Amino acid sequence: MPSDQALRVKALESLLVEKGLVDRAALDTLIDSYQHQIGPRNGAKVVAKAWTDPAFRERLLTTADSAIAELGFGGMQGEHMVVLENTPKVHNMVVCTLCSCYPWPVLGLPPVWYKSAPYRARAVIDPRGVLREFGLELPADVEVRVWDSTAEIRYLVLPERPAGTEGLSEEALATYASRDSMIGVAKAGLA
Amino acid sequence: MNGVHDLGGMHGMGSIEPELNEPVFHEVWEARVFALRRAMGAWKRWNIDATRYEVELVPPADYLRLSYYARQFEAFLKILVKRGLVSQREIDTFTADPGTPKAEPALTVEKALALVKNGVPTSRDAPAAARFKSGERIRTRNLNPIGHTRLPRYARGKAGVVLRDHGVFVFPDTNAQFQGEKPQRLYSVRFTVRELWGDQAAPQDSVYLDLWDDYLEPL
Repeated sequence: MPSDQALRVKALESLLVEKGLVDRAALDTLIDSYQHQIGPRNGAKVVAKAWTDPAFRERLLTTADSAIAELGFGGMQGEHMVVLENTPKVHNMVVCTLCSCYPWPVLGLPPVWYKSAPYRARAVIDPRGVLREFGLELPADVEVRVWDSTAEIRYLVLPERPAGTEGLSEEALATYASRDSMIGVAKAGLA
Repeated sequence: MNGVHDLGGMHGMGSIEPELNEPVFHEVWEARVFALRRAMGAWKRWNIDATRYEVELVPPADYLRLSYYARQFEAFLKILVKRGLVSQREIDTFTADPGTPKAEPALTVEKALALVKNGVPTSRDAPAAARFKSGERIRTRNLNPIGHTRLPRYARGKAGVVLRDHGVFVFPDTNAQFQGEKPQRLYSVRFTVRELWGDQAAPQDSVYLDLWDDYLEPL
């Protein structure tokens, strides 16, 4: 039994199709792009390349748009990218307190928790408490930088390369760059 | 507007609940809402700031109660009518008004692919002098507009330091109300957590916001 909400959306879609305002095939194309093609695996490739290629890492941190484009990524909700590097002494994390801004071309669409009130409310006032809730306890000598995405700049965190991954291929390294580590609520590592 | 969407710093919102192996969409209708909003955006009767403002206008109790896509759907119905793409009667009945000519969809498959690939840049090649330089101290203005703004309440009247100049961007406050793009400089500004939240905050931590020239005053 479809929900009332599902029926209302379906009814609106039918109305817009009937009026000739939307093309169902275009809707399917948009959905397919974000359901099957664009997601955090893109960002993981960017991160893995930065971990293995110092010149790329430099370009990524200074001119993120063109560096990310080298890997074929870019576009909607990632038109103006900035990459933030985590180090042993600096931990960056990203939030959008006002809505749900998120770097789609490299991370896909945001998870529900990222768009929900608890994270948006607390990330700026209690970042260390939020990180603790994600299982990350940061020592006092680490500086936490929270980035509130209030404009059209989209942020990707470059997490620290995990210890013990020396000699791994870029492809193998990419499996360590979790979505949460690229939002900055976790360290990179195998899930 | 001083709305419930402006959540930064609020207490009592509960714990964060990450979902393991979360799907991109939880229901088919969520995906349809996502795509319909983009497809109708191609008619260019509104802009991203106007759609954000429309979501902010969802009544506060509903805003917090509804799921993300349900909230967006309610705002979408409103903006469709306000911007003249659909009549209120059509929304009430979900039936096309008799005698309305059939349009050609603005977003084709080809244009959808181009939209995904290229996005909609909001930087502008317009002359706008930078009022502030990197390293300069500023204070945010104490603005409380009833319309759309991207200066959150928690960062109003606060002292910060300009980190970088992003260049010239569309100004959301006017753009959301169809009063022009008013392109101006956008800066990354650093605020200490102590400046924002007081002495109980960790002294070494900070929050960075992207703020337009009109939000800032020299300090």
